[in-house]
Amino acid sequence: MATRDSGGGQQHTNRRADEADEVTTEESEASDLKERHEKLSEDVDSLLDEIDDVLEENAEEFVKGYVQKGGE
Amino acid sequence: MGIETEYGVSVPGQPNTNQMLASSLVVNSYANRTSSSGSRARWDFEEESPLRDARGFELPREPAVDPSAPANEDDLGLANVILTNGARLYVDHAHPEFSSPEVTNPRDVVLWDKAGERVMAEAARRALTVPGAKPVNLYKNNTDNKGVSYGCHENYLMARSTPFGEIVRHLTPFFVSRQVICGAGRVGLGVDSREAGFQISQRADFFEVEVGLETTLKRPIINTRDEPHADPEKYRRLHVIIGDANMSEVATYLKVGTTSLVLAMIEDGWFSVDLSVDGPVAALRAVSHDPSLKHLVTLRDGRKMTGVQLQMEYFEQARKYVENRFGSDVDPQTADILSRWESVLGRLEVDPMSCARELDWVAKLSILEGYRSRDSLNWDSPRLELVDLQYHDVRPEKGLYNRLVERGRFDLVVSEDEVTRAMTEPPEDTRAFFRGRCLARYPQQVAAASWDSVIFDIGRDSLQRVPTLEPLRGTRAHVGELLDRCATAADLVDALAGR
Repeated sequence: MATRDSGGGQQHTNRRADEADEVTTEESEASDLKERHEKLSEDVDSLLDEIDDVLEENAEEFVKGYVQKGGE
Repeated sequence: MGIETEYGVSVPGQPNTNQMLASSLVVNSYANRTSSSGSRARWDFEEESPLRDARGFELPREPAVDPSAPANEDDLGLANVILTNGARLYVDHAHPEFSSPEVTNPRDVVLWDKAGERVMAEAARRALTVPGAKPVNLYKNNTDNKGVSYGCHENYLMARSTPFGEIVRHLTPFFVSRQVICGAGRVGLGVDSREAGFQISQRADFFEVEVGLETTLKRPIINTRDEPHADPEKYRRLHVIIGDANMSEVATYLKVGTTSLVLAMIEDGWFSVDLSVDGPVAALRAVSHDPSLKHLVTLRDGRKMTGVQLQMEYFEQARKYVENRFGSDVDPQTADILSRWESVLGRLEVDPMSCARELDWVAKLSILEGYRSRDSLNWDSPRLELVDLQYHDVRPEKGLYNRLVERGRFDLVVSEDEVTRAMTEPPEDTRAFFRGRCLARYPQQVAAASWDSVIFDIGRDSLQRVPTLEPLRGTRAHVGELLDRCATAADLVDALAGR
């Protein structure tokens, strides 16, 4: 699956690898994941800054004023 | 197939605006611009019978039963035009609606659905140039969070011979679960957002019964409107009213692609399993109300599974079906639908947030969670409700979905150049080609048109009606050369009549 490509080839881990190797792999997977999540949250922060700039003013009044009639 | 979307309409700061007039202003502004050459072809209602029921009876035409009876909207003189891309742009009650031209495949649904968004954005821009007009905002969503919902309906042409009971049996569990892919996400629980929270679908809370004809009251999971706009002996048009309006192209693509596959299997009598769900209306809501995707749905046979797992069951059936029927001859689009379907389901199972580039509800939830953690907001915060609403704003500079696309944060299915072309050009492989090209080529002579006819006024004693009852005739291959050859509508009418 596409999202699991970035872990450095763990999917093809050699079955004969000893335990120490496996532990190392798990650790590096965990740190990869942490790194990815950190990058993601930085990304989200900059996205939120941009959204702040385009969001309509006075949220409460704006959503209160959004009233529709039935359709379909 | 085709897709029709009603847009939410609002004039900020003017909560008492007459929404019918605002919708008409928007539609007319677009119609007037595009018809600089003079055509204002009317919609022809002659063949419409929205009160016919797929189960075989007809309801009396009483506005109280079905206020969508077209005779009423015609009386009101509401805006209603046909575009050169074969689409219908009109006011349905108090909403501007774009009904896509008929297309043959999911990718083309995405293309003309997106073209509809651009038409709406352009229409609102044009409306601003009307002296004294206030800005009108349009939203491609499905609820105002105050108890009202409006629809995004899909239409699928099916063989008349398919037993309706089989459609109900196999489609209901599919519809209960497909929202995990094509839900648009919503802040608020209950039709009027009585409870705070986030749910997967915009529409789930508005459905009350399993099967029925209504679209505005007591909405059914399976709608029985039987109005094929084609030869009724051969075809039925399955009218699907349960879907959310999607901004995401992948979501629309998978929504209609996977539904088409399931319908093909039903038509073909392929299903050997019965995935019927206990209490589907309650299950629909329960799945929607659990964005962690852990809720277990109970099947009639006693098994319990999540919405994602239920979709997996359908995927497995479809994979085997396509393998059995087409083998390696499968067309690339069907293969693509299957592979994306499997990929998305696999990732929803492990980490739903990994679908934020593809699915509306996931993208929306990730923004909302960002706000919640940065600004410590609760789910009842108006700011979160605003994010939900503005995600669907059709303006490129204001719509949050559109901002995400601008930043390269969404996977796309079609190119913007194709979308721009689809605003004016019809699909080439259905009768929409004939309709659209007639309007483009003979704008002064087309008096009216509908899904199954084009009516010409060529200055003779009576109007000349050309029926288009067969959806796959009137294609470029079929009439392209004829239309090129006929300089006037009179030439065309004569050629068609063999004169």
